[in-house]
Amino acid sequence: MQTFFIVAILALGFLVTFQIAKASEYVAVLRGEEKTRKQTNKINAFMLLAFLVFGLIGVFYCNATLKGKILGEAASDHGKNIDMMLYITLALTGVVFFITQIALFWFSFKYQEKENRKAFYFPHNNKLELIWTVIPAITLTILVGFGIFYWFKITGEAPKDAMVVEVTGSQFKWEFRYPGKDNILGKKYFKQISDANNNPLGQIWDDPANHDDIYVAGEPLHLIVNKPVKMVIGAKDVIHDVGLVHFRMKMDAVPGMPTTMWFTPTKTSKQMKEETNNPNFVYEISCDQMCGKGHWSMRGEIVVETQAEYDAWMATKKPKYWAAFPDKDPSAKQPAAAPVADTTKPEPVAMLAK
Amino acid sequence: MSEALHVHHDTAVGHDVHHDDHGHHHQSFISKYIFSMDHKTIGKQFLITGIVWAIIGGLFSVLFRLQLGFPGQSFPILETFFGHWAKGGTIQPEFYYALVTMHGTVLVFFVLTAGLSGTFSNFLIPLQIGARDMASPLMNMLSYWFFFMASIIMISSLFIQTGPASGGWTMYPPLSALGQASDGSKLGADLWLISMALFIVSQLLAGLNYISTILNMRTKGMSMTRMPLTIWALFFTAVLGVLSFPVLLSGAVLLLFDRNLGTSFFLSDIVVNGQILPNEGGSAILFQHLFWFLGHPEVYIILLPAMGMCSEVLSVNSRKPIFGYMAMLGSMFAIAILAFLVWAHHMFVTGLNPFLGSVFVLLTLLIAVPSAIKVFNWLTTLWRGNIRFTPAMLFAIGFVSLFISGGLTGIFLGNSTIDIHLHDTMFVIAHFHIVMGVASMFGMFAGIYHWFPKMFGRYLNNTLAYFHFWVTIIGAYLIFWPMHYEGLAGMPRRYLDKSIWVSFNQFGSLDQMITIVTVIVFAVQLMFVFNFFYSIFKGRKVTSTNPWGATTLEWTTPILPGHGNWTGEIPEVHRWPYDYGKDGREFIPQTEPIGANESKH
Repeated sequence: MQTFFIVAILALGFLVTFQIAKASEYVAVLRGEEKTRKQTNKINAFMLLAFLVFGLIGVFYCNATLKGKILGEAASDHGKNIDMMLYITLALTGVVFFITQIALFWFSFKYQEKENRKAFYFPHNNKLELIWTVIPAITLTILVGFGIFYWFKITGEAPKDAMVVEVTGSQFKWEFRYPGKDNILGKKYFKQISDANNNPLGQIWDDPANHDDIYVAGEPLHLIVNKPVKMVIGAKDVIHDVGLVHFRMKMDAVPGMPTTMWFTPTKTSKQMKEETNNPNFVYEISCDQMCGKGHWSMRGEIVVETQAEYDAWMATKKPKYWAAFPDKDPSAKQPAAAPVADTTKPEPVAMLAK
Repeated sequence: MSEALHVHHDTAVGHDVHHDDHGHHHQSFISKYIFSMDHKTIGKQFLITGIVWAIIGGLFSVLFRLQLGFPGQSFPILETFFGHWAKGGTIQPEFYYALVTMHGTVLVFFVLTAGLSGTFSNFLIPLQIGARDMASPLMNMLSYWFFFMASIIMISSLFIQTGPASGGWTMYPPLSALGQASDGSKLGADLWLISMALFIVSQLLAGLNYISTILNMRTKGMSMTRMPLTIWALFFTAVLGVLSFPVLLSGAVLLLFDRNLGTSFFLSDIVVNGQILPNEGGSAILFQHLFWFLGHPEVYIILLPAMGMCSEVLSVNSRKPIFGYMAMLGSMFAIAILAFLVWAHHMFVTGLNPFLGSVFVLLTLLIAVPSAIKVFNWLTTLWRGNIRFTPAMLFAIGFVSLFISGGLTGIFLGNSTIDIHLHDTMFVIAHFHIVMGVASMFGMFAGIYHWFPKMFGRYLNNTLAYFHFWVTIIGAYLIFWPMHYEGLAGMPRRYLDKSIWVSFNQFGSLDQMITIVTVIVFAVQLMFVFNFFYSIFKGRKVTSTNPWGATTLEWTTPILPGHGNWTGEIPEVHRWPYDYGKDGREFIPQTEPIGANESKH
């Protein structure tokens, strides 16, 4: 019923506007088209000026209303650089924006058609043209310079002491892997992926580096505050993207082509809860590359905590290797089980050979 | 040189005779209006098909805006029309993604490429350079009918069980390659690719024709630097299209192979829904390179005709020459060259080599220089003019305003450092809708309002036109300006419901406002369409051949030119097209010989 009313109102508005438009055309013809045209010209010139004034007020109003809703201070070192770059660009483009928009609408208003005005024949002026080629070129050189400086800082090699964590996207979830004590992520092969065999990431069990790798899914990724982290990013099915808004970081997850990014989180989750006055605050991982019908809900969480808290959390985790081969788990160990393990071990190798 | 021109003139006369012969024959309805080879009729066919597509594409945006503004609310009418796509009156995720994909595809390719440059290249090139028709009227006709076939196939994909393509208008594989990953990647994606392939054929036929017409068929005296800027813009557009569309064709064909013949151009290491695929060694990123090698020039294919037409309209209605003709031309040339060298700025976060990224930052921001020159020249064209605010003029001024706003945000996104944060957020949506979508639409409206009298011998209704302009520009800013803030907050694009997110759910009332404005703006566009069709038959009649007091050649033809455009000989050109306000005269047509003591420019 509501829809019906909306459609009816729209149709009515349509009809009324059209009738007015038609009538005004007849009136124009009766009153003399030239006279009407001149009057309309004045009205439109005034409207352009009004548009400028209300538009500028709107820009400030919009900023005042919405600036509190965008993100606060970045929570990573790279994020601070990105914000800095954003402010530099905003300042320079802001100046250009106001000058050009005001000139556009002011000229339109000021030089509206007048009875005794003659247009000024002004086809070109080399000096002016040179000025407004050189000034933008210099401004943009500044922006490119800053941009590339920060860009290399952000995309450069991760520090040696960075912790490593692997992030894998698939429709529509995130999985994580820590390298364990050896700090090396074991090798993977996608044809090994099997949820049934406790190998959701396709780790090659032959590689001893895999034996201590910790697999985490269905719970937040834990990171250590002020410690650089290097993410090794991949995808199983389609392209995803690891988007970390509070750290201002983003990197595609591409099947068949691992990517990396690194940053240093500078604020713990607890700190952020206090700073944002939001007890429900969490660092979120969003998928920023269209990946199918669940794209909008492909959400992960990150906890940033102190080294001690992280160590305590990590101590509760067991390598996936132990889940795939329960007999290797030292906590559930009787010496008698050992021979059984020997017979099962060659199996994955055989699979690999195929 | 003069000899060459003389030869052209002769061939044109030959043409003339040929047409006079035919003029006596009665043309059937089919050969006059359907399989027409008259460039003017083909232009109108492109325009009307473009309008139909714009209504469809615009309606899609209204539908998905309903979901964005009022997530979870039920609109029973949707279920009536769309059945299981809108179960219970709410838009299902598959439907949502199909809508955004089709909205993008339709608007970018079918409306703003075919509808904009297709219409005005066809209509204006022969009229403004002084030719009877295109170099090959047959190819011209075929280009429309390939476009028509592409349209039919794209439309048919809307009606199949699994729905149309839904992987985004960029169709990135593997999502678009794997039916298991998404319903839209089943039959719908094949139809999308086939339709695009036909569309590209249409664009190539058209583009080659435009280029050869402009290079070979100019009337006597019409040297390249005496061409109106519209023609230059359409020329660069055609060159861009001819050089870049084949690359997309290769991408589309390879993707079809990957989908249907088991090749691995774009596929590698994939496990989808627990199923391990055999493909190894392909690169999903390769497709993005192929796509954006077209995709970036494509935005200039869309924008350049709008720039050209607005330059013309601004000059005519300021009663002043366009400021810095050679600079305008040079900056369009620079834009056309740079358009090919910036494609990877769409791919800063795909794992691109950072050094390569920095090269693309430099080249991308370089484009801002010619763009800035154009803006300053437009502003100077207005300065000390004697401005008449025809509807076309208002849309041209609106175009400049939108081009400034959207161009400046491009400086944010082109800088890879900032792009890390803003990539694929609503900021990108706001940016390209303002600078490419709405601005080019404004260019198209300016063109339609300006040349409608030439097309149909009647005027559009002015009151409706002014209403159309004011609602559209206010609406466009209300819709897209605040959207930048959503992007600055990091809100990813293509999120149909933000309620599960802690970081992105603070914009509920803003999204509602945007949706309501979208509905109003769409309704006003329908009113424009009504005005368009009503005025074709009932509009006020044009009584003079040159209603705007313009200098260019199209206004020397009869009010409703027949096939062949000029009844007698094609006029000779003696001067550039921007002699407005010179030596105290209102305007001097291009056909008037240079006077003995006329001042030089």
